[in-house]
Amino acid sequence: MAKAITAPLPAPHGHTAAVVKAAEPPRELAREPLVLNNHSLGWITNAIAGICENPMPKWWLPAFVFSAGGATMMFALIAYLISTGIGVWGLNQPADWAWDITNFVFWIGIGHAGTLISAVLFLLRQKWRTSINRAAEAMTIFAVVCAGIFPVIHTGRVWFALLWLPPIPNHMDVWPQFRSPLLWDVFAVSTYGTVSVLFWYVGLVPDLATLRDRAKTTLRKFFYGFFALGWSGSNRHWSNYEKAYLILAGLSTPLVLSVHSIVSFDFAVSQVPGWHTTIFPPYFVAGAIFSGFGMVLTLLLPMRTLFKLEDIITVRHVELMCKVILATGSIVGYAYGMEFFIAWYGGSPYELWAFLRNRVADPFIFGPLFKVPPAPYWWAYWMMISCNVISPHLFWSKKLRTNMVLVWLVSIVVNIGMWFERFVIIVTSLHRDYLPSSWGYFNPSWVDICTFAGSFALFMTLFLLFMRFLPVIAISEVKGVTPQADPHHPLGGAKGHH
Amino acid sequence: MSDFFPKWTNQLPLMAAVTAVVVGTSVVAGAWYYLTPKYSRVGYQPTQPVAFSHAIHADQLGMECRYCHSSVDKSWFSNIPATATCMNCHEVVAKDSPKLERVRQSHASGKPIPWVQVHKVPDYVYFNHSVHVNRGISCVKCHGEINKMDEVRHAKSLTMGFCLECHRGPENHIRPNEFVTQLDWKGEVDGKQLVHDWNVQPGQSCSTCHR
Repeated sequence: MAKAITAPLPAPHGHTAAVVKAAEPPRELAREPLVLNNHSLGWITNAIAGICENPMPKWWLPAFVFSAGGATMMFALIAYLISTGIGVWGLNQPADWAWDITNFVFWIGIGHAGTLISAVLFLLRQKWRTSINRAAEAMTIFAVVCAGIFPVIHTGRVWFALLWLPPIPNHMDVWPQFRSPLLWDVFAVSTYGTVSVLFWYVGLVPDLATLRDRAKTTLRKFFYGFFALGWSGSNRHWSNYEKAYLILAGLSTPLVLSVHSIVSFDFAVSQVPGWHTTIFPPYFVAGAIFSGFGMVLTLLLPMRTLFKLEDIITVRHVELMCKVILATGSIVGYAYGMEFFIAWYGGSPYELWAFLRNRVADPFIFGPLFKVPPAPYWWAYWMMISCNVISPHLFWSKKLRTNMVLVWLVSIVVNIGMWFERFVIIVTSLHRDYLPSSWGYFNPSWVDICTFAGSFALFMTLFLLFMRFLPVIAISEVKGVTPQADPHHPLGGAKGHH
Repeated sequence: MSDFFPKWTNQLPLMAAVTAVVVGTSVVAGAWYYLTPKYSRVGYQPTQPVAFSHAIHADQLGMECRYCHSSVDKSWFSNIPATATCMNCHEVVAKDSPKLERVRQSHASGKPIPWVQVHKVPDYVYFNHSVHVNRGISCVKCHGEINKMDEVRHAKSLTMGFCLECHRGPENHIRPNEFVTQLDWKGEVDGKQLVHDWNVQPGQSCSTCHR
């Protein structure tokens, strides 16, 4: 920022410090502003609110029709699944969890970027969050929606799952199994969904009021007005708003850690070799943030170009997100190594089997090295390693971090890798039970594949609708971090001059 | 904005919250009451092809339940008697009664009387009559006061909760074996002693009934 970072100079003898002027920082220490090109506050409002006020660009409608079609296909396939049975999927003993739970963990993991950006970065006063938090939170909610579908439909008789999972008194005198992590999951995910929606909505209120006040049609006035809750921008409103926002940030910060920890308990609490690992909770959380930031970049990079928001979502923002990916990707890489080490060091032959003979041993290097036959899923394991462990390390280089096309490609690779991570954990641990008579190999059916593709379509449909109807960037918050918002800035504050 | 939203709309969030609580509670309570067998099955009383009265046979005449339902203490299944069992008496007693026309037809043709089943546990429930009847669980506990009914009525809910209530505290329901078929029996009994002496251990795990 243009503002000086030096401490106020000590007042010379006898003088008051009224005219202390902050010195400019050295050029190399000056930070790039969070909104470039000295745009006025009005420009920011127009740039962001204009997106959902003006007609959408030409690509929007085809994209929407395509996505909505895919989402419809998914719902049709769910109807087919429920009316026919789980057999339409490729899973069966011994791999009785496969793409269903893989997709669940994949989507819920993606959802983690939203809370991290909105809550943790808020509490840590990372002001750069303001340009990306709205879209990241929206993405979080849509990811949770996609995630919620899979565990429900994988039960087959969906109505029982919906009836028996919540602890509702019933004529059977039975209650959910409170000792099961699968039930903890129900509470963790629904809490997460609720808090994410609340956080997103509270943050939207001032911007909805802006849209209401700019609305030209009655319908828009009504709907934005309805959801703006009578916001008038008074001091009292702002004061309540900021308190509410802070409280929600405090409430959702533990959720960043808890939700994926509990998802990891689905595996870690069981006694399946390959799942029964204490490193799972932190490793899952890091992976979730890793994949979440991947998805944020995948969505925001095209968005900033297509809607010409490069001055608000700047290269610096992208770089910062790349650094988060680098940090969390390194944690994930460390966890992969540590898992393998503990499998050997722990001395359990079954665990070593799960890691070495079911995952790591490829036909070329590690299989021959450890003198074991290649693992049936070696390709999935090495896909995961190359995507998750190798690709983020490109971001050590500033040159690569600032290459938007490369960053976008890596962000997609990251999510491919993270999907494979969950697939590797789930399927490679299950597909060979203790007895060789219970060995199998999972192949997805066309329903598996199309349902997963359909979940992406649903996700994109929701995101396209979000871009169409809501401000994709938090207008009021971005204004607060512009150089002009700083009272010491030559153009800023109420003083007028300096 | 005030053209759309008059002052009372400030109360909307509160009203919405109250409505949500009221509707939510009523839906749960309503489903809990109306959608369970306690409501939907108790009282089921189909008209039987023959107006057989348990009140006359079991209560007035004092017949033993097991005269007709002879397999109840030997099998998981409690049989509905064959027409021949009826004819043991009715070849002599009230042998020309028009009410028994259907029974005589059945006896002559050999085609059973199509009685309508009243009590039925689902296919996924394994229920064994003999183990209950031989360990002091009276007919009345599940079937109600059949001996007072002219036409059989579904008297108890027979839900899983109903089964569990007894499996969790058999001492409150057990009685000496000789009184099992005496539905009116009101004697005193030390249930705990019987549970102990007979080593009654009613299972509560899923596989006790869902095998």
